[in-house]
Amino acid sequence: MTGMSDLTATQRFHALANPARFMALTERLVLPLGLVTAALIAAGVYLALFDSPADYQQGETVRIMYIHVPSAWLGMFGYMVMAGASLVALVFRHPLADVCAKSAAPVGAAFCFLALVTGSLWGRPMWGTWWVWDARLTSMLILLFLYLGYIALWATIEEPARAARAAAVLALVGSINVPIIHYSVVWWNTLHQPASVFRIDGPTIATSMLMPLLIMALGFTFFFVTLLLVRMRAEILRRRVRALRLARAEG
Amino acid sequence: MTRAFLALLKRDIALAIRVGGGGGMAVLFFLIVVTVVPLGVGPNLNLLAAIATGILWVALLLSALLTLDRLFQADYEDGTLDLLTMGKLPLELVAAAKAIAHWLTTGLPLVVVSPLLGLLLNLDGHAFPPLILAMLVGTPALSFMGAIGAALTVSIRRGGLLVSLLVLPFYVPVLIFGVVAAGGAEAMPGAGHQGLMLLGAVTLASLVLGPVAAAAALRANLR
Repeated sequence: MTGMSDLTATQRFHALANPARFMALTERLVLPLGLVTAALIAAGVYLALFDSPADYQQGETVRIMYIHVPSAWLGMFGYMVMAGASLVALVFRHPLADVCAKSAAPVGAAFCFLALVTGSLWGRPMWGTWWVWDARLTSMLILLFLYLGYIALWATIEEPARAARAAAVLALVGSINVPIIHYSVVWWNTLHQPASVFRIDGPTIATSMLMPLLIMALGFTFFFVTLLLVRMRAEILRRRVRALRLARAEG
Repeated sequence: MTRAFLALLKRDIALAIRVGGGGGMAVLFFLIVVTVVPLGVGPNLNLLAAIATGILWVALLLSALLTLDRLFQADYEDGTLDLLTMGKLPLELVAAAKAIAHWLTTGLPLVVVSPLLGLLLNLDGHAFPPLILAMLVGTPALSFMGAIGAALTVSIRRGGLLVSLLVLPFYVPVLIFGVVAAGGAEAMPGAGHQGLMLLGAVTLASLVLGPVAAAAALRANLR
């Protein structure tokens, strides 16, 4: 077995197609990634809660933004990972791509849900109601439904190879539709309320708030990657168990 | 190839008309959904007139969804789909023929009865032409995008609910543009025309994307 260091990028990509090699590599990666995640989120939470000013308009509620914005960003990033991995799975038949797409879905859905909950909590003092049919919240909700449909499709088709291809088609069609849905919702929203309401993230943001936000976003991204790797490892093990069970049942 | 395409189209329309359970059932469902709404929100005619366009569109989406899960499933179960896969007609065109047949036997009848239901909801007389036009432009998108969901769930028994879950998010733009194009939702002046154009764009895109994605989904399921 050649070391990973003297391979070209393409070869490395293919070398990772070997699940055993992927497992060996990620086993060493998960702990450091987890530690970086913990450090970044701890620093981010400290800066966001104690070492940043309250907003002159929104008061202390602005601190919800430090969770809301990174969650929303990762909710969308998760779908991009899913769609990208699905494309790789369909076109290049990379054996780990569908594992990656399947593992990314629940994580992305969870962040999407978190963005909705924090958005709603933020909306209560700001808008005086728990839910407003705001363009962002609405398109986030539909994104959550897209995630749930994708997860449900995986869950209903029993044979992994078949489920993987069907789910990949769904993820790709979804990725074409997401911008259209988002545009239509924004358009619908501007028709009904021409005056722009409060934006949870304005075009300009003070540096004292930007720093904690960026650190939180980075921490959440590391969190996403760590969870994704852990879930991919679990999925590979699950498939091994399934293969062993089938072999035993047949043998 | 054209002959095979037309033969498939004719067969699917004949099946939908003779066997039943397709278009006729969808129209009946459409009627019942619209009847249930005044029972739910009260018989206030002004309120009904204000929300009529929205109700008709939502009921239209639901009725179209209802018939989707059988789009490919009957042929999958009796093996016809395997034969169609091996035939000369590309699977994309098979999916297109079936989607067109679905539109002719479900979408079109629904559009035809919608003015009658508009009367039940106290819709203004001058609101009918834009409503019918918007529905004519928008309903093909429902069949063509629905074909993707139907193809994805072809091998699943009782996949009806899953089809709804998969397809409804894709119907969101059709609903939004359709309602505005039909002059509903208290839109600003000029928005109706823009809505109609955008609805047309969504339909045209779905005419291309639908068959291609549905064929890919069928191949995934037929392996």
